[in-house]
Amino acid sequence: MTDPLQRPRRKDPLRRTTLGHVPPRLRSRAAMEMATHAAQGRFVLQTCESCDRATYPPRDRCPNCWGELVWREQDAGGQVAAETTIRHSTDTYFRNHMPWRIGTVRLDAGPTAIVHLHGEAGVGDRVNMVLKLDRGGNPALFAMPRGDVPNMQDDPQFRSFTADPKHRRVLVTDGRTDTGQAIARALLDAGAAKVFVGDCAPLMRFAGKQQLAALDGAELVPLDVTDTHSVGNLAAQLGGRIDIVINTAGQVREGGVAFGAKLSDLQAGLDTGVVGLMRLAQAFGPALGARSDDGVNSAAAFLDVVPVSGLSGQSGYSGTAASAAARLSLLSGFRGEMQKAGIRVMSVLTGPVDDAWHQRLPQPKTAPSHLARTVVAALRDGQEISCAGDVAKDLFARWRADPLLTMREENR
Amino acid sequence: MGMQARYDGVAVCAPITVPYVRFSPESAHWWTGAALRALGQKTGLNAGDIDGFCFASFSSAPDTVVGMVQHLGLSPRWMDHIPTGGASGIMALRRAARAVQCGDAEVVACVAADTNQIDSYRQTLAGFSRFSQDATYPYGFGGPNATFALITDNFMRQFGTTRETFGKLCVAQRENALSNPLALMKKPLTIEHYMNARPISDPVHLFDCVMPCAGAEAFLVTTPDKAEQLGLSTARILSTIERHNAFADDTVQFRGGWERDQEALWDRAGCGPGDVQCVQVYDDYPVIVAMQLADLGFCSKPGLNDFIAANEFTISGSLPLNTNGGQLSAGQAGAAGGFQNVTEGLRQILQCPLGEQVSDAHRALVSGFGLVNYDRGTCTGAAVLQREALR
Repeated sequence: MTDPLQRPRRKDPLRRTTLGHVPPRLRSRAAMEMATHAAQGRFVLQTCESCDRATYPPRDRCPNCWGELVWREQDAGGQVAAETTIRHSTDTYFRNHMPWRIGTVRLDAGPTAIVHLHGEAGVGDRVNMVLKLDRGGNPALFAMPRGDVPNMQDDPQFRSFTADPKHRRVLVTDGRTDTGQAIARALLDAGAAKVFVGDCAPLMRFAGKQQLAALDGAELVPLDVTDTHSVGNLAAQLGGRIDIVINTAGQVREGGVAFGAKLSDLQAGLDTGVVGLMRLAQAFGPALGARSDDGVNSAAAFLDVVPVSGLSGQSGYSGTAASAAARLSLLSGFRGEMQKAGIRVMSVLTGPVDDAWHQRLPQPKTAPSHLARTVVAALRDGQEISCAGDVAKDLFARWRADPLLTMREENR
Repeated sequence: MGMQARYDGVAVCAPITVPYVRFSPESAHWWTGAALRALGQKTGLNAGDIDGFCFASFSSAPDTVVGMVQHLGLSPRWMDHIPTGGASGIMALRRAARAVQCGDAEVVACVAADTNQIDSYRQTLAGFSRFSQDATYPYGFGGPNATFALITDNFMRQFGTTRETFGKLCVAQRENALSNPLALMKKPLTIEHYMNARPISDPVHLFDCVMPCAGAEAFLVTTPDKAEQLGLSTARILSTIERHNAFADDTVQFRGGWERDQEALWDRAGCGPGDVQCVQVYDDYPVIVAMQLADLGFCSKPGLNDFIAANEFTISGSLPLNTNGGQLSAGQAGAAGGFQNVTEGLRQILQCPLGEQVSDAHRALVSGFGLVNYDRGTCTGAAVLQREALR
């Protein structure tokens, strides 16, 4: 079994924080393609279109017949053939994390790979391979033990490939919604040390407020993402103590483009969803980045809950989708910036949530509790892009296959 | 595959070592120039006399051989760039020999030079190859230590080779280095020191690893007539082999291209492993030394423990090995480390060693191994050299 992670002691304020270096970042374009699959939690290898043979490391042509290569999901089994414990490195990140175990794994899919080894996987063992993103946003193969190992998630090497909320302090930006409250509860259930829950209007009551306030480990804090001072004040107060930011703020309103829409709705939606995201990024991003290698409760992630309609637009919710699209665009930029600092910028794409603002839409809709489970799973897996609910999954799959067709379908 | 054509009309001579230093602020160009200058002093040749140039380096970027030619004022009618590190000596020898034999060039200077500036080792590693960027260095960034640790781990399990066996090779090489005034490692090494050294990347420990440094090595390939005219002692090439990316399907490397080609090597040479008086093999990690001994026909892999226990590898021993101390004890000057086998083999059979002389040495086996592009060394080569004329 893996030793359970101990809750960290209070930080010594006189100690200099370890700088958040990232592992070597230089990669080929093919490796970057692999990263896009890792971001979605898929275990893929390149396969030759002509001879069907799988290959690794990432190549640009098949080494068997020089055919074209495509990324395909693969059998994730393997066997460890050799291992080593690295005790010396010239790299600034790994040097701070010695010793580090790696191994050579013969993949059931065919090729041999050098991989990170879970503490409970060693020579001769059958392993389950997972494709992760490292702190720098690059693809990494990790060998996990087969079967249930107690505290498997607590392996210190594995933890650096996730943003597991256990023992971490989290800010949920909007606690006035069912979604925000469900996420706060799920995080505490997952072992979060503390969940700060934003309330944009502390003087106005909202449903669930009392239950939230009564939750052990939850604390309501004033936070209005449409107010730069409010965001700045909270960051000044809590920035150095927040390890994960989960942005649940957003505004959903019905309406088309030429028909049935109010400009004020669009403006308010953009201010909350888009400008709000940038306010949060500017206020909390640098603080997260400065603490990305700060021990068990190092800063780990910024997760944005965003409507999947941002990918395609959506008839009847055009303004909401436009705001989501702008948000996704900002997230891409933010992700690129934070990769250099060792912080994961994650998105959970959601279909219409089963709430008052989506009454007109038919089922299936995404239950807040399901959305919360998806958020926690994304953090525990370190998965950059996740879909919450069947609608989001369906739309995302169609969009991956044919973005232009999906846009037409969603806007008929 | 027919038998390799003989190397008639080819003379190898003038081994040069520019004394190594741990760190150097100078460039690969400076070290290359230093090697050419030493070669000129030894042979009396000047830039205009050198009509062939074969070059190996990891640290000359952005320049390749052509940049070096203009930088150092050469005007060759034949040149080659060999980017294969530990295999570059053998490969340079083969290419230069055929160029001379066929009349494409008459006087070929083969030079390997690398600098080692502060932090240049880490930078070289970080940009070493595409596969290492994508698929090895992000995995703990242990550099070659980690890659060879995996190879050593598997080798020890597969063949039962022990650390004591590897240790005996390292200890013998250190003893050899003690007589070489240019070797960087000057402290005697005992098997106890070896066994008790700190682990670097299990099962690789401190004395399994080479010391990166700056330096240059060179030798001359020309015709026997020209060598005589210059008054140089010469060796002839009896036989050579070269192979790249052999046994690509082996999960972990436990053999190199030598295994595939060693029979051809000894057939052409007209002798066997028992007929050489010294062996100069690539030695970045003793597992590779052991692998070469077995792949080149000295013993089987399961028999390595017994073979190594039964032999002495010092200069006065039964099988003198890496008689200058090898890279493990003399230092690894990048690609120049891949030339040491040729220059030291030549020195022993031409009776001009840096340290002590192997008695009666007239035939040497030299072997190279290079370029860990991903998870294993990709390039292998070997040559048998024999003394022709002492001058």
